Amino acid sequence: MLEIDPLLNNLEAGLRQLIEERQLKQPLMIGIHSGGVWVAEAMHQRLNISEPLGLLDISFYRDDFSQIGVHPNVKPSQLPNSIEGRDIILIDDVFYTGRTIRAALNEIFDYGRPNRVVLGVLIERDGKQIPVAPDCAGERLTLSAQQRIKLTGPQPLKIHIETATRHD
Amino acid sequence: MTDNLQLNADGKLKHFLTIEGLSRALLTEILDTAESFVGVSDQQIKKVPLLRGKTIVNLFFENSTRTRTTFELAAKRLSADVLSMSIATSSTSKGESLLDTIRNLESMFVDMFVVRHAISGAAHFIAQHTAPHISVINAGDGQHAHPTQAMLDMFTIRQIKKDFAPLRVAIIGDILHSRVARSQIQALNTLGAKEIRVIAPKTLLPAHVETLGVTVSHDLTEGLQDIDVVMMLRLQKERMTSALLPSESEYFKCFGLTESKLKIAKPDAIVMHPGPINRGVEIESTVADGPQSVILKQVSNGIAVRMAIMSMAMQPQGAF
Repeated sequence: MLEIDPLLNNLEAGLRQLIEERQLKQPLMIGIHSGGVWVAEAMHQRLNISEPLGLLDISFYRDDFSQIGVHPNVKPSQLPNSIEGRDIILIDDVFYTGRTIRAALNEIFDYGRPNRVVLGVLIERDGKQIPVAPDCAGERLTLSAQQRIKLTGPQPLKIHIETATRHD
Repeated sequence: MTDNLQLNADGKLKHFLTIEGLSRALLTEILDTAESFVGVSDQQIKKVPLLRGKTIVNLFFENSTRTRTTFELAAKRLSADVLSMSIATSSTSKGESLLDTIRNLESMFVDMFVVRHAISGAAHFIAQHTAPHISVINAGDGQHAHPTQAMLDMFTIRQIKKDFAPLRVAIIGDILHSRVARSQIQALNTLGAKEIRVIAPKTLLPAHVETLGVTVSHDLTEGLQDIDVVMMLRLQKERMTSALLPSESEYFKCFGLTESKLKIAKPDAIVMHPGPINRGVEIESTVADGPQSVILKQVSNGIAVRMAIMSMAMQPQGAF
């Protein structure tokens, strides 16, 4: 079990710094379904972002359709009408292999050409498989391959580390 | 291999030829998956990359506008490459056999055939003889089955009525010649509708129709009582010539759905029709365009349902 509040505080501070350093203008915030949306809801509120939170379900953009096929109950993505030229803060719960972010970027670019995309995650763990990395993280962890970070929510938002008995 | 040609060794969908023999769980999985695809049509870019690099051939040996277009759109929204062939303009009219046509297309590395054919069993025949990696979807074969139409009808019913268990459904019109009705009856029975009532003149009902799991009425006024879902069928005009019916106007008088007849059904009953509609023959214009009609919703839903079926049939067929 990990304490969630310090992680949220760190992420919030990191995002504030990013917004200032990179001079993000009226940024749009987008959460990745499902854990990323929960974290994004908290950040959206804390950072007082005026525009409604965007929701991204990347199921149709995953790179493993040829291995595992399609899952039912994919939530429709809800992005604002135009993301053309916008600054976007993309939020996910855990950054692991990087494949989710690849899929999310592909989907976002299907909606238009943003000016800039920054990535904030609650936890960045080791195990990256493609050259993508978060711009800020609430915490950085080194875990064994059998360990998984699990977020439950949305209320209360909790995070714990599980050791998987089977390899999936 | 399972006995059912439609399923692979793991019980997953490989071909989609008929509703018959498919479980309630599988039909529900199709409906749930289709739910996921509904949102794609609302996106600014109405496309997802699931079937990128796959080649789908629409093989239409019989005319169709709606079915072919929605299959084509569904494939395109999944990012597949689609080729639509109308056979009137192809080599079967020059004497090439069905199997030779299939062999030639297989040699062009296609992944899926969507088949409409005037002969019952055509899609099944192709599924039996095509290369093992190819999936076949039946887009209507003779008087046998039109399973994707039935599934989009089920999807539309579930969207509005939520649950099949309490529903009394009427299917009205030419049951005898209708592949749509056959597939609808199988789907409604599998999904557990309370009652399926077929309403038609005796000449337009198959012999022993009760064995399909339906109740029968020959009177529209009596038959519409307590009905939640009214499913109209197109009266195929060519049947008029075969002495099964006296005249169009006579048919409309007895079996045409009018506003006053519709009042006999439950007040929140919905009206469905697979299209193309013959206004003033089986359905009055004010009903077809009225507040209880979901006919155009059926057309929209056809895209999401066909996306679901295509992507499920194209899923990896390996050990997963």
